Amino acid sequence: MTLLDCLRDNLGLTGAHAGCEHGVCGACTILIDGVAVRACLMFAVQADGVAITTIEGLSPGPGELSVLQDAFCETHGLQCGYCTPAMILAAHALLAANPAPTRDDIVEAISGNICRCTGYAQIVEAIALAAERMRGANVPPETARGGSP
Amino acid sequence: MSRFRFVSSDRRVREDRRFVVGKGRFAADVMPSGTHHVALVTSPHPAARIVVDKRAALAMPGVAYVLDGRELAAATQPLAAGLDTPQVPRRPLAVDVARYAGEWVAAVVADTRARAEDAAEHVQVIYDPLPFVLDAEEALAPTSPPVHAEHGSNVLLDRTFVWGDVEGDFAASPHRLALRVKWGRSSTVPIETFGVVASWDPWRELLDVWASIQMPKFPDQLAAALRLPGSSVRVHNDVDVGGSYGVKRGIKHAVLVGYLSRRLGLPVRLIEDRLENMQGGDAHGPERLFDVEVAFDDAGVIRSLKMQALDNVGAYAGRSPFQLGKPVGAIVGPYRIASVQYRAIAVTTNKTVQEAVRAFGQSPTNYAIERTIDEVANRLGLDRLEVRRRNLIRRDEFPYTIPSGTTYDSGDYHAVIDKVLARTGYGELIEARDRLRADGRLAGLGIAACLEPSGGNSAFEPLLNPKNTTTTWMDSCRISVDLSGAITATMHTSSSGQGHETLVGTAIGEVLEVDPDRIRVVRPDSLESLPSNSPVGSRMAIMLGGAAFHAAHKLKAKLIAIAAHDLGIPPDRAIYREGGVCDAATPERRLGWPDLVTIAHRQFHRLPPDVEPGLSVSHVMQVPTGGTLPTADGRVQMYPCFSFEFHLVLLAIDPELGRTEIARYLVGHDCGTVINPKIVRGMTMGGIAHGIGAALYEEFAHDEHGQLVTQTFMDYVMPSSHEVPPVEIVHHATPSPHTVFGQKGSGESGYLGAPAAIASAVNDALRPLGISVNRTPIKMAWLSDLIAEVKARS
Amino acid sequence: MKPAPFEYSRPADVAEACATLAADDGARVIAGGQTLVPLMAMRVARPTRLVDIGRIADLAFVRQDDSAVAIGAVTRQCVIERHPLVAARLRLLAKVLPWVGHAATRARGTIGGSLANADPAAELSLVAVTLDATLSFRDAAQAAEIAAADFFTGAMTTALPATACLTAVRFPVWGGRIGTGFHEVNARRSDFAFAAAAAQLALDPDGTCRRLAIGVGAVTEIPVRLRRAEQALIGTHPSAASMRAAVHDSIGEVETASDLHASAAYRTRAAGALALRALIDAHEEAITCAPN
Repeated sequence: MTLLDCLRDNLGLTGAHAGCEHGVCGACTILIDGVAVRACLMFAVQADGVAITTIEGLSPGPGELSVLQDAFCETHGLQCGYCTPAMILAAHALLAANPAPTRDDIVEAISGNICRCTGYAQIVEAIALAAERMRGANVPPETARGGSP
Repeated sequence: MSRFRFVSSDRRVREDRRFVVGKGRFAADVMPSGTHHVALVTSPHPAARIVVDKRAALAMPGVAYVLDGRELAAATQPLAAGLDTPQVPRRPLAVDVARYAGEWVAAVVADTRARAEDAAEHVQVIYDPLPFVLDAEEALAPTSPPVHAEHGSNVLLDRTFVWGDVEGDFAASPHRLALRVKWGRSSTVPIETFGVVASWDPWRELLDVWASIQMPKFPDQLAAALRLPGSSVRVHNDVDVGGSYGVKRGIKHAVLVGYLSRRLGLPVRLIEDRLENMQGGDAHGPERLFDVEVAFDDAGVIRSLKMQALDNVGAYAGRSPFQLGKPVGAIVGPYRIASVQYRAIAVTTNKTVQEAVRAFGQSPTNYAIERTIDEVANRLGLDRLEVRRRNLIRRDEFPYTIPSGTTYDSGDYHAVIDKVLARTGYGELIEARDRLRADGRLAGLGIAACLEPSGGNSAFEPLLNPKNTTTTWMDSCRISVDLSGAITATMHTSSSGQGHETLVGTAIGEVLEVDPDRIRVVRPDSLESLPSNSPVGSRMAIMLGGAAFHAAHKLKAKLIAIAAHDLGIPPDRAIYREGGVCDAATPERRLGWPDLVTIAHRQFHRLPPDVEPGLSVSHVMQVPTGGTLPTADGRVQMYPCFSFEFHLVLLAIDPELGRTEIARYLVGHDCGTVINPKIVRGMTMGGIAHGIGAALYEEFAHDEHGQLVTQTFMDYVMPSSHEVPPVEIVHHATPSPHTVFGQKGSGESGYLGAPAAIASAVNDALRPLGISVNRTPIKMAWLSDLIAEVKARS
Repeated sequence: MKPAPFEYSRPADVAEACATLAADDGARVIAGGQTLVPLMAMRVARPTRLVDIGRIADLAFVRQDDSAVAIGAVTRQCVIERHPLVAARLRLLAKVLPWVGHAATRARGTIGGSLANADPAAELSLVAVTLDATLSFRDAAQAAEIAAADFFTGAMTTALPATACLTAVRFPVWGGRIGTGFHEVNARRSDFAFAAAAAQLALDPDGTCRRLAIGVGAVTEIPVRLRRAEQALIGTHPSAASMRAAVHDSIGEVETASDLHASAAYRTRAAGALALRALIDAHEEAITCAPN
């Protein structure tokens, strides 16, 4: 089975979503060793031994939002929420590698994730806002909690 | 200084919290114990007689059942059709004849989706191909093979309306112009496919349904098809829908799994995979050929309009032909046109069935109208913006009744345009265009002025089907204050990202003068719900906002009555403020919220004699201006409120590659009072992204063998973050006189004008070459070929 | 869209991988899976067994190899994209990689996987043909090499034997004043290209074009070189006019085809336009650059 199906059906991590199952829409995006990948394009067995971060791993605690998650709420960088976990993880990977992205950097980083609700504007603003806040808070983004259950 | 406390302020959308942590609950997340999975067997032929042999599939591992169309048809009613076309029945599985490539001919149920797919490959279907027709004009011809033999032809609807003295107005006008434009088959294609889980409890005789649904009267239609009373179907509205924008009607999916669950005594789920969705789901939208003719004078003022809209519906018809009827309510767009002739034709072909799409036919209609306005200007050598200004209804003419009988509530179109041009001068944009041209590119400035009819109404039902006398179109809200004083409100439909919970909280908070975020909003299931008609027709701000407002006022009135009685004062001396009520004469005599709650819930001896105990109120609301049937000549008030949008697009084209680039995008938007700015902006931006897709990239294309050649996202290309430019939105507000806060709808904004504006820009760019483009999508390679052809000729 | 059932093996080394492939007719190699898995999801590809070579360390490397850079077949595209050796010595490859799929697919996709898949629109195939790369492969019987020009035989087809495994690809490094250019056109950035062109040019100190390679991809089943254009310009001082004429005279030989997305005429026109742009970019870059 694919890594996506394994996460959802076997591990109960339903934050990763199936949108196309052929690697185009990006709704299945998760992080492997901190890098954004498409879970629908991997078989679960190929993920043996790697560190996987799903959206469930980003909240600092129950009822709490990470700076990035909060920024998405502040700008309303989502509507239906279906592409959102994937977008946030793609953004998380971007900000871990590049704490001061330009608008073009942000647009490129999310260009593999299709959103049909927002037209992307408020998503880009959320990521820029998060970057600004994180730079101001001097907290490295990669300390967000990760790992599989 | 806003006249509102919470309405129009920049508040967060409370639903966002659960989505950013991945705790949305989508249909595929619902998995009752024992759930079995459906995979579909689909027809490879556009038309064929079928014989289904399920024996080999039944023997495969994990398979619980294989269902064919005959069995399902014997046990269920056909799905509701909108038009009066009894000889065009529609069912979830093909019965004896498959009528489009991708049509579902059998359903396999297994313990995993993978095993269901394995077994689906072993269902043996004998196909005996039949003649087929794909093109709408061909389908119109009497010699074309009818998709439904018993219906006798492919014409589902052919109705001509004449409002005003069309022929006289044409005769009296010095100029006329005719234009044909084609709107390609596209839709809004949500990233979540349609999914439904059904679980039949034989002991309670109750079918539980969780679905990714946006469909009025879904529980009722499901019950009717399954031959169950409505009280035996419980649709759970607390399912988060991963985008719909009109399309997720899901009725055939739900009937299928509903039947299977009852038959097998198991929960059954169908989550469309993308192939099932694109070929045979609710994924397709209007495919429309417009013939437009206008009569106008030397100043470009249009006196009369003739429009024929021919829609390629596909092999069956549910609600979608009504997409020809809804635009009747804005058939002249924002323009003062005195008379109109409108011919609406819907034909069947052997293509995938068309479903509803965002704005229900208004966007293609706006595209046709706006192309025509541009061509009128071009014909006379006048500026396209100036011609619009001359034709636009003026502020002092509202409320304005258009020839088809709909009255536009309010607007100030000229003010919106002026505001946009104050942001960037028109001359500046022309100069920018000319600089791009000097740089070797083709460049054009696109203009579109369009309406968003909002508030919903189903007046298109009786308009196009006189046997349907529905004039009620309602929504509702219930508010309860519990013993602790906490407020809980209800809404009675699912949502797909529109922020309805935030809307309800804001409306109630505004009336009760309490923090909206303290108000919990829940979604009862269909058995516990008051009536609703789903978030269609850009209606929820008006209808759900309205119902919540009225319910809150009922609650406020009750609190005032309780307080006045207890304080021993006449009600008009009782002043409600922020949850408490005081005596206007001696304000220190006050009952606070906890006091009032206690009296209502516990102290019957202090209640006024005619007041029910507790604090629960509800309101069921009819759509404003609704409630009348069309006249014999088809005049009717379609929707109550009309938002307006004005687009200016500066676009450049690489003349060799045909690649387009949007250099600047401005839109003026008037949706009356904005209840939540973040939500409205998101709608407009998302709508523009959909519009860019429809204008430049997206098409469900078929080959000459009736095969859908755009079956995956590799071929059906949707805008990514690279393809949607930054957009400057300029707001204006002409409140609606019909709504509680003056709000109009905005759920379709952007999509209504973007295709028209982009088409206008492309045409302006190509004008120096003497080419015009009258179809969508305007694909890069095709555009390049067109340009090369012209250059070769010259 | 669940794949048909399959077995899975993860061989420890290439020899074991080849042995497994030889033992099972329906076995197929998987590395990054970015092209294979979608085909399996659509049940267009139905391997009975997947032979996962993605973790064979010997197959993941980027190293100097005489006057070439050798890259292991299982090296992830994102690793190549960031590698200093590639940035320094294979500028064309570095320029092209950001256009290959998306960041998320480059995180898993391998260079060998892309080459073996041989999608007509694949950028890496185009670079391999343009730079006259050499591909190495092994099967149970032999280890062999094949020139890129001979490797690609048709759309999604290569000369790779069914039981063989690509092991490495070797890109010759040009000396002197090098310039590179790459352009592609697609419906959306990062989609499959409708047309692509790559150019690498070396100038003598006096500005004479000493060496030139121009390749076009995505418009035919396999990438092609515009050899006529190359011949016309080598040994000359290229000018805007001569470059335009050379490409124009050469592009007609490229036999393009029509499909859903674009006509044959478009592909020819776009290939020519992009080839010229790539060539001009390469020439400008060569003029301004220091020797390699």
